[in-house]
Amino acid sequence: MWKWLHPYADPERAYKLSGTLFPWFAILACLFITVGTVWGLLFAPTDYQQGDSYRIIFIHVPAASMSMAAYMGMATAAFIGLVWQVKLADWAAASIAPIGAVITFIALFTGATWGKPMWGTWWVWDARLTSELVLLFLYLGVISLYASFEDKVLAARAAGILAIVGVINIPIIKYSVEWWSSLHQPSTIRITEKSTMSSEMLYPLLINILGFGLMIGAITIVRFRAEILARNGMRPWVRELAKAEEVK
Amino acid sequence: MNPRRKKRLTLAVALIGGVAAIASLLLYALNSNLNLFYTPSEIVNGKTDTGVKPEAGQRIRVGGMVTVGSMVRDPNSLHVQFAVHDSLGGEILVTYDDLLPDLFREGQGIVAQGVLGEDGKLAATEVLAKHDENYMPPEVAEAMGQKHEKLDYSQQKSATQ
Repeated sequence: MWKWLHPYADPERAYKLSGTLFPWFAILACLFITVGTVWGLLFAPTDYQQGDSYRIIFIHVPAASMSMAAYMGMATAAFIGLVWQVKLADWAAASIAPIGAVITFIALFTGATWGKPMWGTWWVWDARLTSELVLLFLYLGVISLYASFEDKVLAARAAGILAIVGVINIPIIKYSVEWWSSLHQPSTIRITEKSTMSSEMLYPLLINILGFGLMIGAITIVRFRAEILARNGMRPWVRELAKAEEVK
Repeated sequence: MNPRRKKRLTLAVALIGGVAAIASLLLYALNSNLNLFYTPSEIVNGKTDTGVKPEAGQRIRVGGMVTVGSMVRDPNSLHVQFAVHDSLGGEILVTYDDLLPDLFREGQGIVAQGVLGEDGKLAATEVLAKHDENYMPPEVAEAMGQKHEKLDYSQQKSATQ
């Protein structure tokens, strides 16, 4: 497997491969998010208690779950970068961080907007909300650590260690609603048993979760390719590429 | 695997393990303090693990279900009083002088923050509705016999008067 994987650790190959993958991610992401959002916001039935206000779930839940998934992706990349010293993995981790931060912010913001009419408060310091806020700070920490070193190898190592340490927050976010009594409701989507949501609401939600994942993938690819070019500016293949595109 | 990678792998795994151990000990130590609220039976009987009871005059949060039929509304002001109970049989009275959230209704889970009085009543300064994880269309809820209409208190009041 290593022999098969090894050529892709070459920046040029990775740049080209991600270029071929990008349209697939982008098109599928647009498709899924459009279908999921339109279905969720316009056609899914209203909730028996919350009326139409519950529809924020179609943005909030995908953003929240993908903020954790993106963190796991970033930490895995950072781990590979740290142990095997694959520079591409470092660059991948660095390109996920800002996207994860924005997605986490979206989750917190939509949650607060829903919390005001439903709970009666924008914010409460319960375990789920606080740990999700810690996730945002972890992302911001990784971004600023990576940005604060001139030497990007050192920067990636520092940011990578923080990213790996922060993984401990992920199970805390996930299980906070089960371990402690919190204002936030327990999870609706269950993997092993029946979800506590009617299926007409569940399908658009699942489609949107998938769409958000693909969207994060697509934006990561864009940032990843830019990162590759920025770190390899002196390499002949980048110069040739620039010449071919007629960039001075 | 070459020895340098092996060393780095060991270090990284040790780092994760160490942080996980620290975090779990920390969370274990803080366990009871991470709960957002007391349940009514914890106020009556004390916490199950430590037996700590909140004292009168202490500022606490209480979480539980609003007891059906316990809602008393003052006709001339916003003052309301209702009982909050849990599955273990504890019950506590809560008084409140402000607007209740949209989701508030009898049988609904709530979290009330306020000062515990000498008489054992909680004078709430904030009442938050706690939503459960169930989402369904009204037809399904009706079929399942769930009450989803907001209680009309003015009607209820005129019925009792």
